[in-house]
Amino acid sequence: MADDARPLLGPLHVTGEVLATKKSGAYRHLTITAPGIPQRFRAGNFVAVSVDGGRLARRPLWIHRVKESGAFGPTLDVVVGVAGPGTAWLAERPVGSRLEVTGPLGRPFALPREPVACVLVGVGHGAAPLFPLAERLRERGCAVTLVVAAPDEARLLSALEARRSARAVTVITGDGSVGVRGDVRTEIAGVLDRADADVVYAVGPHDTLRAVAAEAEARGAWSQVALEVPMPCGTGLCQGCPVPVVAEDGATRLVRACADGPVIRGDRVHWEALS
Amino acid sequence: MSMRLGPVMVASGCGGTGRELAAFTDLVGLDFVTRSITLDPRPGHAAPRVVETPSGLVNAIGLQNPGLEHFLATELPWLVRAGVRVFVSIAGATMGEYADLARRLSRAPGVAGLEINIGAPDQAGSDLFDVREPYHAASVVGAVRREFPGDLPVLAKLRPDASRIVEGARGVVDAGASAVVIGNAVPAAMPDGRPGGLSGPAIGPVALRCVAAVTEALPDVVVIGGGGVASEQDARRFLDLGARAVQIGTALLHDPTTVARVRAALTREEDPA
Ligand SMILES: Cc1cc2nc3c(=O)[nH]c(=O)nc-3n(C[C@H](O)[C@H](O)[C@H](O)COP(=O)(O)OP(=O)(O)OC[C@H]3O[C@@H](n4cnc5c(N)ncnc54)[C@H](O)[C@@H]3O)c2cc1C
Ligand SMILES: Cc1cc2nc3c(=O)[nH]c(=O)nc-3n(C[C@H](O)[C@H](O)[C@H](O)COP(=O)(O)O)c2cc1C
Ligand code: FES
Repeated sequence: MADDARPLLGPLHVTGEVLATKKSGAYRHLTITAPGIPQRFRAGNFVAVSVDGGRLARRPLWIHRVKESGAFGPTLDVVVGVAGPGTAWLAERPVGSRLEVTGPLGRPFALPREPVACVLVGVGHGAAPLFPLAERLRERGCAVTLVVAAPDEARLLSALEARRSARAVTVITGDGSVGVRGDVRTEIAGVLDRADADVVYAVGPHDTLRAVAAEAEARGAWSQVALEVPMPCGTGLCQGCPVPVVAEDGATRLVRACADGPVIRGDRVHWEALS
Repeated sequence: MSMRLGPVMVASGCGGTGRELAAFTDLVGLDFVTRSITLDPRPGHAAPRVVETPSGLVNAIGLQNPGLEHFLATELPWLVRAGVRVFVSIAGATMGEYADLARRLSRAPGVAGLEINIGAPDQAGSDLFDVREPYHAASVVGAVRREFPGDLPVLAKLRPDASRIVEGARGVVDAGASAVVIGNAVPAAMPDGRPGGLSGPAIGPVALRCVAAVTEALPDVVVIGGGGVASEQDARRFLDLGARAVQIGTALLHDPTTVARVRAALTREEDPA
């Protein structure tokens, strides 16, 4: 696995502004100016955003894409699904609102050195960081299969956009409203076989990630999973986001999801101990 | 004892290993209290470890830390090289452990001072030395002071309990503490009932009350205030009551630039040159 050639720059804490907001099914896409952050972005990074009302924990969100938008310089897009008061507040931000944004945060996806076959699996908003990853991988000549999954069509990230980013796209919905009716956990084996995957990337609920990591391992493929666990600060300061990983020596240690992850080798996560 | 402090310090457990702050704060000359270090590594408590409450956080981290040896080998040298003024927070299960920690840290190059965590909000739920009685706290301070060079400060961090804070502060200062830190998080519970500590703006007035009580009753004692500080104005409230410096914890988790911002604002006012 190789890294991007650009030097790694640290995160920034900035006041951003909502430039555009667009409803898409159950999600709200926000385009935000966050001076300096888009330039430092790598696929798999997230931002930590502050919300109102004396709520002190940050809200982590994947960076979905960065765009050049003329007058404002580069901007970033996030996809907000409403899960509680913080995300509800974010989804309602009108154009022109100010937001406290810290990023880019977290270890990004590692990219293969060789042009290998890659399968990318995203469930719900978890597909957000995979679009820019797919583009990077294609630039390196990798054959990319993108699996976008969701319980229903409203929570499926744009399949149309997916087709622009990947060679092959598989759509899976729980209710069969679009694509294959089913669940990633049962479909993944077939997808990996058809793609003859060397590397697998996955973002979604823990049980999905675990199943994907297991199927990858069974085929001798590398897997990288991006974990969503509560992150009070997102910046590595509080130790509030423990993830148990199995080290080379077989011992389990706790790492910080926000700073040592959120992208972690699937075969390293100690899934039974992950609460 | 004359001591260069603050006016702003990073509170224990809220500055990561220090490296994570580099992107947001100038580390040179920064007064940084490490997360509490124990002799042996501690895995800490199970998740969830931090929950949000109105204007506060409740944490039950369980003092996850890599243990003294690892800290001395990796984290401390990095901080010292970066120019950080490192105050090592120590916690122990027995008096002997506190003394051991102090002895080994007294030989570690670059340590600016110690902070003794004797007011952890979840002590009852953990295996730390029980310091519910002020004389327990004083005996811990005495044991540490005997092992640590007299020209370096030993800070005693107390629980912000208004009914006992004056007695507690007097006890630790008599036992050799150079300053008292008031205070730690307030004992609270996680939603499932596990012991934790409440921090953030919600506890600011509680800490202020304790600081006021100590600076009034013991005007010669050096007090470092903390609890809910997020702005210059918050810091000023503590300083105006006689605190020598303030510590900032939870606010850093919400905005990692807080220490840089408050430090700049306070320093500007101090030397209008
Ligand atoms: C690295 C990362 C990237 C994420 N990216 C996205 C994204 O692109 N789009 C999106 O819609 N959601 C994303 N999430 C999930 C999102 O952060 C949570 O849904 C959100 O924090 C919930 O806040 P709330 O106030 O709406 O809900 P509440 O449930 O009221 O939140 C209460 C507390 O728990 C935390 N919390 C609750 N659920 C989660 C969760 N699943 N993950 C992390 N923290 C949680 C909150 O941050 C908050 O501190 C991401 C999570 C992580 C860790
Ligand atoms: C996540 C977290 C971890 C903490 N860890 C420690 C610790 O290891 N040792 C300690 O003495 N205090 C610890 N504290 C307490 C803080 O140092 C501080 O005293 C307290 O939170 C009150 O200040 P604040 O409101 O600015 O956070 C911790 C607080 C938080 C929120
Ligand atoms: S969320 Fe605070 S260390 Fe990871």
